[in-house]
Amino acid sequence: MIKISAKNVDVFYGKKQALFNINLDIEENQVTALIGPSGCGKSTFLRCLNRMNDVIDICKVQGEIVINDFNINDKGCDVVRLREKIGMVFQKPNPFPKTLYENISYGPTIHGMAQSKQEMDEIVETSLKKAALWEEVKDRLHEPGTGLSGGQQQRLCIARAISVQPEVILMDEPCSALDPIATAQIEELIDELKKEHTIIIVTHSMAQAARVSQNTGFFHLGELIEHGSTDKIFKNPDNTKTQDYITGRFG
Amino acid sequence: MNKNKEKLLAKRYSSEKRFQFLGKSAIFMALLFLAIFIFKIFSTGYTAFQKTWLIVPVNFDAETMYLDANPSKEDLEDADYFEISLQSMFNLDKNANEKQQNELKKMVSYFFEREIKQELINDPSLLGKTKDVYITASDDLDQVFKGNYPRDLPENQRRVTDYQLKIFDQLVEQGKVESKFNLSFFTYPDSREAELAGIASSFMGSIFSILVCLAIAFPVAVLAAIYLEEFAPKNRFTDFIEVNINNLAAVPSIVFGLLGLGILLAVFQLPRSTPLVGGITLSLMTLPTIIIACRASLKAVPPSIREAALAMGASRMQTTMHHTVPLSMPGTLSGTIIGLAQALGETAPLILIGMVAFVNTIPGSPMDPAASLPVQIYIWAESAERGFVEKVSACIMVLLGFLIVMNLFAQIIRHKFEKKWS
Repeated sequence: MIKISAKNVDVFYGKKQALFNINLDIEENQVTALIGPSGCGKSTFLRCLNRMNDVIDICKVQGEIVINDFNINDKGCDVVRLREKIGMVFQKPNPFPKTLYENISYGPTIHGMAQSKQEMDEIVETSLKKAALWEEVKDRLHEPGTGLSGGQQQRLCIARAISVQPEVILMDEPCSALDPIATAQIEELIDELKKEHTIIIVTHSMAQAARVSQNTGFFHLGELIEHGSTDKIFKNPDNTKTQDYITGRFG
Repeated sequence: MNKNKEKLLAKRYSSEKRFQFLGKSAIFMALLFLAIFIFKIFSTGYTAFQKTWLIVPVNFDAETMYLDANPSKEDLEDADYFEISLQSMFNLDKNANEKQQNELKKMVSYFFEREIKQELINDPSLLGKTKDVYITASDDLDQVFKGNYPRDLPENQRRVTDYQLKIFDQLVEQGKVESKFNLSFFTYPDSREAELAGIASSFMGSIFSILVCLAIAFPVAVLAAIYLEEFAPKNRFTDFIEVNINNLAAVPSIVFGLLGLGILLAVFQLPRSTPLVGGITLSLMTLPTIIIACRASLKAVPPSIREAALAMGASRMQTTMHHTVPLSMPGTLSGTIIGLAQALGETAPLILIGMVAFVNTIPGSPMDPAASLPVQIYIWAESAERGFVEKVSACIMVLLGFLIVMNLFAQIIRHKFEKKWS
């Protein structure tokens, strides 16, 4: 089933065009990896999906991005509601400089998802459990989140993202600042999370894309060169550029 | 080739050594100047914290004061103390002629009558008895006792006469002169008489001015900074505003004084010489300082925190109020305190709005006339009497102490509460 459908998406930074006519469908409850060399526009595309590009003054997005039969680039779209449904995990772990508990409870609080302290405790616990962090931190929920290790911080950010039960989770190179062990933990987690969430992950590591994703899109110089099932892209790509990138001839 | 390389290396080392030496000597010079400055102020000013008292026997004679044997409290308040006060001074030398009696009277402050009155009101049983009373010595004798007075000048160039010195020396010999902690320096308002002049009115004036300044400048500056940094679109117009705020910070303070004079006093008819007007004028000066500090500390909050909050579905307002502003507060507050410390030391604008007036009452509100500490320094430094020299230094010490405490506070806030970003 198609969860997100991007049609003719163009993105401009001022006069410079960063994305050219992107058409991409994202399958529900699967992991879609976006790969490509630096500066190819994969992160820009990812940020279109929860309208994070709004933050950048000079950035202009054109085209349709339809999620649940609703074009999020419509004027009537409420970004606050949109971002509640579409969570995001960033390249560098960015927990709030507050306690672990406050980090998780922030989203549910501003969206009014818990009626009582008890409900909030439950949300915090399930979110941390889903992010495979509960066992490590259950005794220090009221210590600052910035005191954790890098991998733990990133899992905390994932727990924070899933605390509001988003339908889609966007991940922007979530493992690029982590060591191999922490990376393996996050990848395992991604596999688990796709049961309940649709996941789109931008990654520099082709090995990672091959390990965690079912679908892959290859970006180059602002264009979506090729997309399809990960198997096909890695074993038998249609486009020679994809072939070259996969085999490491450039990028 | 190899030799050339070695030469180059030696050159590099020696130039680094030279640079380090210059840097160290610059620091040494700065510390030396500071030490000289502080030593000068302390060595001149510390005597101001001591005050000289003459111990004079006073005969509380009921008849002279027109009191009956059992006077009520009101009677004691209304009694005539002038005669007994005068008599007790004249009694220091029973053979004095009229001119010498006049000189005897001038050996103490003109408060002597009040001091004698207070003694009796505190203890009404003294009526009809004689008791030694501590009376504030005149500022000149105070200086004589502290050894700051050139006694060897010819008499006609001195304010203290030979006769006064003779009597004073006798009193010293009898142990009737004492030096005690000068509490009145902190509790009395300004006075034309150095021995009675205190910093109470200017201290309170400074406090009120700073409070008014804080109450106006802080909210306005923080709101302006938050709007400019977090909400305003970045375009030519906001660039123009930013440039002008920076310019405002460089405007000489006397210009703000003229503004206060021309607008606050002339147009709005606010009361002259008051901390209210002083505070508003100072707030104009402090405003750009706080805006710049607040914007800098907002800028220092990493964008990743904003993105994290926005991606959680927080609105821009929530992102700002829940995350960015609390994180920027330590920097903003320490910037504010430093801005206030600058305002505290400001003299020129206050002189223009009339806070240089001679005020011998202690202000109870920002609407009462008052001086301020730096202006008080200016007023006293202008005075001719010897007694004011040490007062100037003492007042500088108080002001410096005040500033050091404020700056220390700013440092503590910054180091204790500021988040470190890896």
